[in-house]
Amino acid sequence: MELVKPEIGLIFWTSLSFLILLFILGKFAWKPILGALTERELFIEDSLNKAEAAKEEMESLVKKNDDLLKQARAERDLILQEAKKIKDQMIADAKLTAAKEGARMIEQAKLEINNQKAIAMADIKNQVSTLSLDIAEKVLRKQFEDHKKQEELVGELLKEVTLN
Amino acid sequence: MNNKLILNSKLLSKIIIYAVFLLSYALPHQVFAKDKEEAGDEKKFNVKEIIFEHISDSHSWHIFGKLSIPLPIILYTDRGIEVFSSDKIINSEEGKEAIYKGSHYSYKINGNKIVALDASGKEDLRASGKLLDFSITKNVASMWLAILILLLIFFKVASSYSKNKGKAPKGLQSLIEPLIVFVRDDVAIPNIGIKYARYMPLLLTVFFFILINNLLGLVPIFPGGYNLTGNIAVTLTLSVIALIVVNFSVNKYYWKHIFAPDIPLWLYIIMVPVEMIGIISRPFALMIRLFANITAGHIIVLSLVSLIFIFNTLWISPISVLFVVFMDVIELLVAFLQAYIFTMLMSLFIGMAVEEHHH
Repeated sequence: MELVKPEIGLIFWTSLSFLILLFILGKFAWKPILGALTERELFIEDSLNKAEAAKEEMESLVKKNDDLLKQARAERDLILQEAKKIKDQMIADAKLTAAKEGARMIEQAKLEINNQKAIAMADIKNQVSTLSLDIAEKVLRKQFEDHKKQEELVGELLKEVTLN
Repeated sequence: MNNKLILNSKLLSKIIIYAVFLLSYALPHQVFAKDKEEAGDEKKFNVKEIIFEHISDSHSWHIFGKLSIPLPIILYTDRGIEVFSSDKIINSEEGKEAIYKGSHYSYKINGNKIVALDASGKEDLRASGKLLDFSITKNVASMWLAILILLLIFFKVASSYSKNKGKAPKGLQSLIEPLIVFVRDDVAIPNIGIKYARYMPLLLTVFFFILINNLLGLVPIFPGGYNLTGNIAVTLTLSVIALIVVNFSVNKYYWKHIFAPDIPLWLYIIMVPVEMIGIISRPFALMIRLFANITAGHIIVLSLVSLIFIFNTLWISPISVLFVVFMDVIELLVAFLQAYIFTMLMSLFIGMAVEEHHH
């Protein structure tokens, strides 16, 4: 039964050696090793997180770009539509204005024509009267030697004529 | 593929040639040995004695044959301390008793035990009873060797951590790192929880101390082949360390669980003693488990080798060697397994002690 009887010497040396080993390894091995391990793991985790964040950012950027593109397209469509509308409006407006102007001009022309006609008529009347006077003078001169009596007659006659 | 086969067959034929050569050399020897035995010169082969000699501690460090290193003997007697070399009392020749006359008593070795003799040359029972043996035995010396190896390994590894900081492990570092990470991630953290960092140095030291001694114990030649982790004194020491650490890191929940558990009052009569026994029985189980596993492994391997000598024929050796190789492979597994189990259970007990309860 010597096998299961612990010897005091071995217990003593084992305790002493183990505690010294624990102390030395704890101070000079485990501390730096575990520290380095943790540091490296943190670094790796951090890098992974960063990569993940970068990926997410990339994705969001692409999405943003897409959105921007879509928005720009929509805006362009809107602008084009607006422009078309404005163009149509302008054409319609122009047409309307032109028609109005035309009508106004025609009206004015008519007025002018009427005026001119009136002026021409008055002129014609004058000329006709002068001409008729001349003609009558010449006729009457031939017929009437006596100037005085003739002119009196003509004057009376002219008074009777009413112009239309 | 073809090349490999040729190489293998070449190797095989070589092995066969050597085996035959060895056998032819050995067989006449056997006959000679038999003659000797018949003549009564040879002591009868005693398996039990051989095996126990191998698995127990010794005052000299056997190298091979009759060559061994004497080790210092340190005795604490009631009259003072005695220090002398073990070759003074270990007789190299059979049948002759060596007695060392120290300054306080005379000493001789009785089996593995040193006893004090009185002036008349008879054993002084009173002095022997008070004699404390603090000798540097084979186990102590090999333990120091193992510690030296551990220190060399881990100083090297620690320096490579500072050398290639933040880089992938290299060389010895990459061999050791998985073990360290294993102890941390699969032993300490699951069992202890967030307070694991405090216990990491202890757990790692225990793990590698047991592991290296288990492995060196498997090496059959000097300086390996000792049985340190299969020695009850060593496992007792480790268990006591576990016991102390566990009971110094307890919180109030642990004591509440033992002395005032949430059970009906009449059950206290049973439960409190059971729990108090549990404080001791857990490290006790640690002690027995490691001791029994490693000692059993050594006994099996030695028994298988002894088969050759029991049958007294070399013809049994192929079977014996085959089984020894098989056992050695299993022992290799056991070396890791026992180091793992000891560390795991230790962290489990620590985990039970530091656990926060949320009722």
